[in-house]
This record gives sequence, C-alpha cells and structure tokens, in this order.
Amino acid sequence: MTEASLAATDRSTARQPEFRQRNTAAAIGNWFSDGWITTRRNLIKIKRVPDILVFTTLQPIMFVLLFTYVYGGVVKIPGSNYTEFIMAGIFAQTVVFGSTYSGSAMAQDLKDGIIDRFRTLPMSPSAVLIGRTNGDLLINAISMAVMMTTGFIVGWRIRSSFLEAAAAVALLLLFAYAFSWVMAFIGMSVRSPEVINNVSFLVLFPLTFISNAFVPSNTLPTPLRIFAEFNPVSALVQAARELFGNVPPGSPVPDNWAQQNPVLTVLIGITALLLVFVPLAIRKFAQVSSR
Amino acid sequence: MTFIEARGLSKTYSPRGAGPVHALDGLDLVVPRGTVTALLGPNGAGKTTTVKVLTTLIRPDHGTATIDGIDVIAHPDRIRPIIGVSGQYAAVDENLTGFENLDMVGRLYHLGARQSRARARELISLFDLEEAQNRPVKGFSGGMRRRIDLAGALVTRPKVLFLDEPTTGLDPRSRLGMWDIITTLVGQGTTVLLTTQYLEEADRLADSISVIDDGKVIAEGTADELKASIGGQRVEINLVDPADAPVAFEILRRFGSSEPTGSLEGRELTVNAVDAPVALQSILAEFGARDIRLFDAGMRRPTLDDVFLKLTGHMATEEDQDQDHQGGKAGRAGRKKPGKESGKTATGADSGTNMANKDEVGAAS
Repeated sequence: MTEASLAATDRSTARQPEFRQRNTAAAIGNWFSDGWITTRRNLIKIKRVPDILVFTTLQPIMFVLLFTYVYGGVVKIPGSNYTEFIMAGIFAQTVVFGSTYSGSAMAQDLKDGIIDRFRTLPMSPSAVLIGRTNGDLLINAISMAVMMTTGFIVGWRIRSSFLEAAAAVALLLLFAYAFSWVMAFIGMSVRSPEVINNVSFLVLFPLTFISNAFVPSNTLPTPLRIFAEFNPVSALVQAARELFGNVPPGSPVPDNWAQQNPVLTVLIGITALLLVFVPLAIRKFAQVSSR
Repeated sequence: MTFIEARGLSKTYSPRGAGPVHALDGLDLVVPRGTVTALLGPNGAGKTTTVKVLTTLIRPDHGTATIDGIDVIAHPDRIRPIIGVSGQYAAVDENLTGFENLDMVGRLYHLGARQSRARARELISLFDLEEAQNRPVKGFSGGMRRRIDLAGALVTRPKVLFLDEPTTGLDPRSRLGMWDIITTLVGQGTTVLLTTQYLEEADRLADSISVIDDGKVIAEGTADELKASIGGQRVEINLVDPADAPVAFEILRRFGSSEPTGSLEGRELTVNAVDAPVALQSILAEFGARDIRLFDAGMRRPTLDDVFLKLTGHMATEEDQDQDHQGGKAGRAGRKKPGKESGKTATGADSGTNMANKDEVGAAS
C-alpha cells in the first residue's frame, strides 16, 4: 500500500470540510444523485436475482389465467363478462403485493448491517428509502405491462380513452408506491424479513379478497360487504375499473362516498399515506441500527 | 493531542421481557491523534455500543463525545465525512460485485463518478481483490468480504477509522492478512479505534488499550503497562503427584510475591514473582529437598489474558445481551465470579476461566 493512498487527509484541508460550502443547489444535486445510486443498487439486484423478475412476471400471468378460466365460467357479471370485471382486481392485488418487497428488503438490509454502512456515510437520509421504493415501482411497472398484455390476449379490453387508461395505470402504481413507504417503515420496525413476508400474506390476502376485486361487493354476506365497501383496495379497484371503462353496467355501485368517487378517494389516500409515512420512515431510518 | 474524546457515555436498553441492560455506564475514552487504541472486553461489555455512538449510529442517553473537536451527537452530519467504519460483520451488498460496492460507497461520499471508479480500482488492487472485483459478493469467502468492507471504510481516506472486531469469525489465514493490512494503515498515521475480544490482537495492533467491562473502562495503558500492573513475571509448576499440591502450594507462597493460583487438587500451580529466576531456583531447590517430582516448571511473562482476568475477574456471563458469535457462551456460562484478589477460594474458577479464554483465542488465531 502506498502512503498517499491510505494516509489520513492533510490537516489543513481537513479544517474546511466540503460540507461548509454546501449550498442548496449542491444539496439538491446530492439528493438526486444519492437517490439514483441507491435505486441503481436495487436495479442491479433485480438483474442479479432472477427469481424476483420471474416471480414478478409469472405470478400475474398465472392470476389472469386462473381467474379468467377457472372462475370465468361460473361467476356471472350482469352486463359484462368476468374477464373484463376481474382485471382491475388482479392489477390492484398484484401491485399491492408488489409493494411488500420494500418491507422485507429494509428488514434484510438492517439484518445484514448494510444500513449501518449507509448511515455512517454523508448521504441523504432519505436516499436508501427512495432507492428501495423506486425498486418496487419498477417491479410493479413490469408486472402491470405483463398483466395488461396477458389480459389483452385472453379478451380484456380497455373501453375508455388512452388518457383514462394511462391514468388508471398511474393511479395503481402510485397507490402501490405510497404503500411501499408504509411497508418500508414496518420493515424497519419489525426487523425480520420472514415476519414481514408472513404478516403481509396474512393481512393482504383478506384485504384484497374481501373487496370488490374478484366479485361485486353486493354479492358478499353483510359484514363482509360493509368491510368490502370501505376497504381502500375496493376504492382502488373501483377507480381502475372506472378509468379502464370496465364497470359492469348491470351492477349498482355501492352508495357510499368512497365508492361513488373512487378516483378522488384513492388520490386522497395516496396523499395521506405519503404525508404520514414518508416522514415516519425517514425518521425511523435515522434511528435504526443493526441488532 | 486528543482526537476522539468521550465523557460519561451511558446507554440503557430495555429489551422486552427482561430488565434494563446498561450497555454503557459512564464510559470515558480518549484517543490521541495518530494512535491506535483498542477497546478490549468480552461480549456484551459495551464495545460495539461505544463504536455505534462515536460513528453516529446511536445516541447515548447521557454523556458527550467529540471527534476532532466536533460534537458527535449534535453534528452527526459533520462527523460522517471524516470517519471510516468497518463493522463486526461485513456490511456489503451481496448482489453487487466487489467493484460495484466500493464504487457505490465512493459516489455516496459524493466523490463523483470518475473519482469513485478510480478509487474503487485502487482499493481493489491494494486489497488484492482483483480476482473478485467482477463477481457478486455473495460468492466471496468471509475474509474477502471483510476486506471489501474494510476497503469501503477507506474510500475517502478517513481521518479516523473505526474497526469493530475486525477479525471476529475469520479463519487464521484471513486473520493474519487482516492484521497485516491494519498494521500498514497504522504505520501511515491513521487514527484507529478498534474493538476486540482477542487479547493477542490488542497487544499486536494497539498503542494503548482500554479494558472495558459492563459499559465502563476499567483500566487503560499500553500492553506493557497493563502487564506490569499485575506484578512481575510468573512461575508455573506442574506436579507429577497431585497429593503434593498442598505442600507445593505453601512453597510457592513462600517464594512468590502473590497468592499462588491453581487448584489444590490439581497439578498446575502458578505464582507471581518479582524476580522470577531466583524464585524458580529456590522453589526447585525446596521441591528437590522434599522429593516432590515435577513434570514441568518454568517462567513466563504475564499475558494480557492474565491482565484481563485480574481486572474483570470474569468472562462474559449469561446475562450479557450482546451477540455471541464465538459459540463460547456455553463454555463460559455459569462460571463463578472470583474475587479481585484471586485467593484460595476462587482459584479453581479462576484457572478454569483462564483456560476457557485461552481456548477461545487459540481457536480463532
């Protein structure tokens, strides 16, 4: 090893560290750069761990095919067909599950000690979380593309304008993105990737199934129907259905504000989740350390 | 000149279902610029917590800490650019290659893309990692991971380097390699605070040693000062017939400068002696006169093991919450806590602990 390469920095330069000259522009530049570097870290992981991508692509294809062909014959949707009805439900379920990666990944990073490394670097405290949630966003975007393609093949059609359909995709991805922050916060609090996976399974399955995602909510027994009508996933599904033009004309929309104004409801929900959980997660990140 | 200064650090954890754990209990520490200080102590003594406080990872409940005059607790953002940290476990991204890991760290220090790449390449050649630079860390050996992790701590040429148990869990060859790297760094004047539970490691790498137990520094000094504090050299004898032990014990007490240690029933006895050669000669003459036969007899300088046991009187106990990588907990659990002056009553436990400790060092070195 050479003297120059490892020796401590010269004292005179050390007296005036770079952070002294920090200005707003540089800080914003660093914030973007930190966020991009941690995003890239997650992109490399998607590339190097093929099961993530395989699961992300195969699972939605499987759901589309299973629901369309297994239940499509028996579930009668007045004024529509089951494939058109079900797609918004599958989209919503898949992206919500897709956002749980952030929870298990943060727990895993904490366990591996790499969070300690990041926290001792002079980087933006939000960067790791931004990179992580961006990773989920990308996975979900890929899932959406795969599901939409599969849907087209089995007969799903968009019956609205291109802009409305784009808004539907954006709304689904945004909701999942906000949910990624919730999961990231939970991942840092629970600290066990296994617990996160099991708990999200136990919580998200009922949440996505006791909704209007796979059957019209008015077909459910009363307690479940009430739950389904106020379930945020129902609002998301209803919003996506509306924007894709897939609301079955023969099924009445439940008479509550959230179901009557689903797009607005989802937008409010996204805003609320982000306002609460982005600061909470960043604050949590600044406090956690492995073990 | 003082570079790192900690005063009265305390930190209490309250784990669920257990009483509060005083990880730090009024710890004071001073590390002069350009020196290597070792924090020596068993698992759960507070070594890692101290490093975490000084590297801005956790806030202490009480106390102050400064590095290069900067308040660690008030200005963590001003501390981070000047420190390098390498933890007990390699904090590297498994899915990135060795090069990508170092490049990422450089960019997060805001070195810029070109400089980050150049520095990553430089460190890879310095740490002899060329063969591994383009493979994901996942496939690396433990020693290679540690080297990547240590290289990560050196990306910006930090003014102070924190090494938390840099060789714990490494195989003997990797351990020696790590010692060489650290010795080189030290030779270049980097201020280093390292923690270790290996006495040999502290002796070999550090200018000064702070022995830490139950969240406090219980002794400070150079390795030689600490050895001297236990008083002269030691005379050891090994009896053929354990029945001779009580008589031999009295002889050792007469010629030694301390109470002999070792068990009365056992064959091995040890005593301190200010002038060990003279004491040994007298002891052997007396044994000869009484026809006490020996397997072995000799002198040795006290090791840091002796110092540590003399100061703390025990190794990690079951109550300690700190992680135990060594698998040595079962062997040490339930040991008695001998008095500070190892008298007759506690000698059995003392030598037992001593041996357990040697085994641990032996297994890891």
